[in-house]
Amino acid sequence: MRKIKELVIERGLLLSALITIAVTVGIVLVLSIEAVNFFSEVSIIDFLTDPEWTPLFTDKHFGILPLLSGTLLTSFIAIAFAVPVGLSISIYLSEYAPKSFRRTIKPLLELLAAVPTVVYGFFALMVVTPFLQSFIPGMSSFNSLSAGLVMGIMIIPYISSLSEDALHAVPNSLREAAYGMGSTRLQNSFKVMVPAASSGIIVSIILAISRAIGETMIVAIAAGQQPRLTFDPTVPVETITAYIVQVSLGDVQHDSLEYKTIFAAGITLFIFTFLLNTISYRIRKKFQEKYE
Amino acid sequence: MNNIRKNRLKDQAFKIWGIFCTLLGLVLLAVFIGNILVDGIMRIDWEFVMNLPSRKPEKAGIYTALMGSIWVLLLTTIIALPVGIAAAIYLEEYSKKNKLATILEVNISNLAGVPSIIYGLLGLEVFVRIMEMGASVLAGSFTLALLILPIVIVSTREALKAVPKSIRDASFAMGASKWQTVYHQLLPASFGGILTGIILALSRAVGETAPLIVIGALAYVPFAPSSVMDEFSVLPIQIFNWITRPQHGFVENAAAAIIILLLITFVMNGIAVYFRNKWQKKFK
Repeated sequence: MRKIKELVIERGLLLSALITIAVTVGIVLVLSIEAVNFFSEVSIIDFLTDPEWTPLFTDKHFGILPLLSGTLLTSFIAIAFAVPVGLSISIYLSEYAPKSFRRTIKPLLELLAAVPTVVYGFFALMVVTPFLQSFIPGMSSFNSLSAGLVMGIMIIPYISSLSEDALHAVPNSLREAAYGMGSTRLQNSFKVMVPAASSGIIVSIILAISRAIGETMIVAIAAGQQPRLTFDPTVPVETITAYIVQVSLGDVQHDSLEYKTIFAAGITLFIFTFLLNTISYRIRKKFQEKYE
Repeated sequence: MNNIRKNRLKDQAFKIWGIFCTLLGLVLLAVFIGNILVDGIMRIDWEFVMNLPSRKPEKAGIYTALMGSIWVLLLTTIIALPVGIAAAIYLEEYSKKNKLATILEVNISNLAGVPSIIYGLLGLEVFVRIMEMGASVLAGSFTLALLILPIVIVSTREALKAVPKSIRDASFAMGASKWQTVYHQLLPASFGGILTGIILALSRAVGETAPLIVIGALAYVPFAPSSVMDEFSVLPIQIFNWITRPQHGFVENAAAAIIILLLITFVMNGIAVYFRNKWQKKFK
C-alpha cells in the first residue's frame, strides 16, 4: 500500500516537471504553425530583405529589417550603457567595498530590476526624453536613445549581480598571490580577477542582451511606433516587441494576415533570445566544471 | 617611485568611479521616484482607489484595475504554486542524473530566458483561442502562471538544496519513506526559502504588462471581475493606457497609479528579503 502511494506521488511530481517541457513545445508549436501560415502568404525572402514593414497600411510590405534594426538599436544603447556601469559596480563591490556596504547595496541594486517595466517607460517618456531634448535640439519625443538608456538602468543589476557572483567565486588564493606580488587593487581586478571570472561575466552580459531584446513596455512607450530602417537614435523607431503590442491593442481579426504577422515577429524574437540563452547556458556549465 | 604613485592614483580613481557607478542607478531611481511622487501623490485619495474608469481624468479611478490585479495574482498563485513546487521536488529529490534530468534542466533555464511577450503569444493561441477562455481572468492567470513557473522552480530548488543532508539521513534512518521525508522534514525546513522565491515571482507577475496586453486584456473595463471568466484589466495596463493619452490629467493619474504599483512591488520585495534573511540565519 505504502509503495503504491509513493509511486503515485513520484509520478505526480514527474508530471509537474514534464509540464515545463510541454510549455516549451507549446511555444515552439504555436509560433511555428502561425509562422508557417504567414510564410505561405508572404515569401520568406521578402520578409528578410524588404526594407519596409507596413502590414497595417493599404500598401503592405512585410520586411522584418526595420523592426529588427529598432530592436538592435535600443538594445545596443542599453548594453553600451549598462555593461561599463554594471561591470564597474561588480568590481567595486567585490574588490573594494567593505563587506557590510556590499550586503546593504546588493538588494537595493536588485530593486532596479524589480521595478515594473511600464514604470520605466513612464520615466523614459516623461523625464529622460525632456531632459535629453534640452540639449539635443530636434530630438523627437519618441526616440531610441531615451528608451535605450532607461532600459540600460533596468539591466544594470543583471550584469552587476551575476558578475559580482562570478568575481566572488574566484579562489582567494589568486587574489592573495596578486597582492603578494605587490599589485594594487586595480591591477589585481583587471589583470587577475576579471580574466579569471571572464566566463561568468560573459554569461551576465549575454543574459542582459537577451533581456534587452525581449523588453517590451519601455520601448513600446518611449521609442515610438514607426518602423524604420535607421541607426539614428533621435527619431522614433519600432521594435519587434512594440509591434506585437501595437497590433494587440488594435482590432485585428483572428486569421487575418495582420494577426499572423505578430507570430512571425514573435518567432524572430524567440530565435534570437533562444540562441543567446543557449550560448550562455553552455558557457555557464563549462564554468561550473572548472571550479568544482 | 613615480610608477607606484601613478598606480596608487589610478587605484583611487577607480574606487571613486566604482562608488559613482554604484550610486548612479540608485540616485536615478530616487530622482525618478521623487518625480513620480511630486506628480502623483496629491492625486491619491480614497476616491481614486474606489472609482471606476472614466473619460474624465479627475473622475477616473483604479478600482477595476486593482481588483483585476488581485484576481489575477491570486489565481496565478493557485495555478503556479503546486506545479512549481512539485516540479522542483522532483528535480531536486527524486530525479536521477540521467538524460531526462539534463533535458528538464536545460529546458527550465531556457524558459526563464524567454521574453514575457512570447508567453503572451502562447496564451493568446492556447488559452484564449483553442481552449476558448476568451480574454478572461482565467486565461491571463494561466499565462502569468506559465511565465513565473521557471522562477518558482529554480528558487524552490535552491531552498531544498540548502537543507543539510543530515536531516534527510536522520529521517530515512527513522524509517521514513521518501515522500514522508519530503513532506514532514524538507518542506518545513525549506519553507522560508520557498516563500521568498514565490513572493519574488509574484512581485514580478503583478508588474507584467505585455503578455496580458497580447492575450487581449482591456484598458477599459467598466466593472471589477466577479468570476474567473470575466474580462479584466490590471494596474500596469491601466497605467500604460493613461500614459498614452494626450490630456495632462491622465499623466497625473498614471503617476498616482504608479505610486500604488511601486508600493505593492516594493512591499512584496521587502517581505521576501525579510524572510530570506530570517531563513538564512536558521542554517548558520
